[in-house]
Amino acid sequence: MNKANLLDRRQVVSTLLANRKDVVAIGGLGASTNDMCAAGDHARNFYLWGGMGGAAMIGLGLALAQPKLPVLVITGDGEMLMGMGSLATIALQKPSNLSIVVLDNEAYGETGGQTSHTSAAADLVGVAKACGIADSQSISTMAEVEAFAKAVHDVSAGPRFANVKIDSANLERILPTRDGTYIVNRIRGDLGFQPI
Amino acid sequence: MHARADAPDTAPSWPDDIFATLQRFDVRQVPYVPDAGHSKLIQRVLGSSTMRGIPLTTEEEGVALLAGAWTGGQRGVLLMQSSGVGNCINMLSLIPILRFPFLTLVTMRGEWGEFNPWQVPMGSTTQGVFELSGVQVLRASHAAEVPAVLEAAASQAFNALTPTAVLLSQRLIGAKVFTK
Repeated sequence: MNKANLLDRRQVVSTLLANRKDVVAIGGLGASTNDMCAAGDHARNFYLWGGMGGAAMIGLGLALAQPKLPVLVITGDGEMLMGMGSLATIALQKPSNLSIVVLDNEAYGETGGQTSHTSAAADLVGVAKACGIADSQSISTMAEVEAFAKAVHDVSAGPRFANVKIDSANLERILPTRDGTYIVNRIRGDLGFQPI
Repeated sequence: MHARADAPDTAPSWPDDIFATLQRFDVRQVPYVPDAGHSKLIQRVLGSSTMRGIPLTTEEEGVALLAGAWTGGQRGVLLMQSSGVGNCINMLSLIPILRFPFLTLVTMRGEWGEFNPWQVPMGSTTQGVFELSGVQVLRASHAAEVPAVLEAAASQAFNALTPTAVLLSQRLIGAKVFTK
């Protein structure tokens, strides 16, 4: 059942990516990757279709390799719960150009909507803060989303983490390419790296 | 602690050989889970101006990290122990899908004089787990063969995009002992 006054996930993601400029964006396994595609396919979109729990760490590896580029991970609560330790790993490395947004619908939407731990117990903002990511916030308004989208471009002040409570409506799936090698090589090409 | 002595004048030199190879191959990100067998190499990495040592909370983080590093234009190598290989299994699926160069150096437990039975199940299946996951396995059992094995592994991983694990045998490292 949808709760009142929760944000629309597609609106959140399209706002995060509206003025993306040179941002490299990584979607988590599940609906967040579809949301990124729905906001518009882009050469710097990293769509994850597997490796659940790995989105934030892919973001860390990329952020450390390209410290001047804003790197934005957009994932779901289920995916983030699986890789919670990576928040401690990220905090230790202090990648100032890495931002993580969790689209938290308190449910595993891909597998039938079973409730997730964030629905009644786990507080991901608390986890991120306690792991050492000082700039960790809970977002409940579009104004806050817009402010966060601007902050992503400040590559000297991260890492930052935001948990956005979103509506649990099941939306039409907008499916991006599933070819992982193409996805990675397209980003590498856009960053100026030649094929081996 | 390991049976081998850790004093600087008697410490093994094969970790230096590994470090030199990683330097030559321009490895920049070195995720690791702390491990006694890798301790000297980890120290060299943390003291390096070109490599970044990245402690993990679990080994699978390192596989995802290396995928991101490669996407951003850097090479990396994952350091772990045989027990950690089991933690990586699903994340290893990223390697053939994304086709990024994967090199991991694994210190072995559960073999060659192991005293702890709890290490044996994973140590015994480490090679099989890698091979079923599409990762080629090379092994170094003696210090003298470390440079050649590392050269071969790094070359096929980074030049031929052939996922490769080097098993550093417990015979090389020295079986772990507990003394009262």
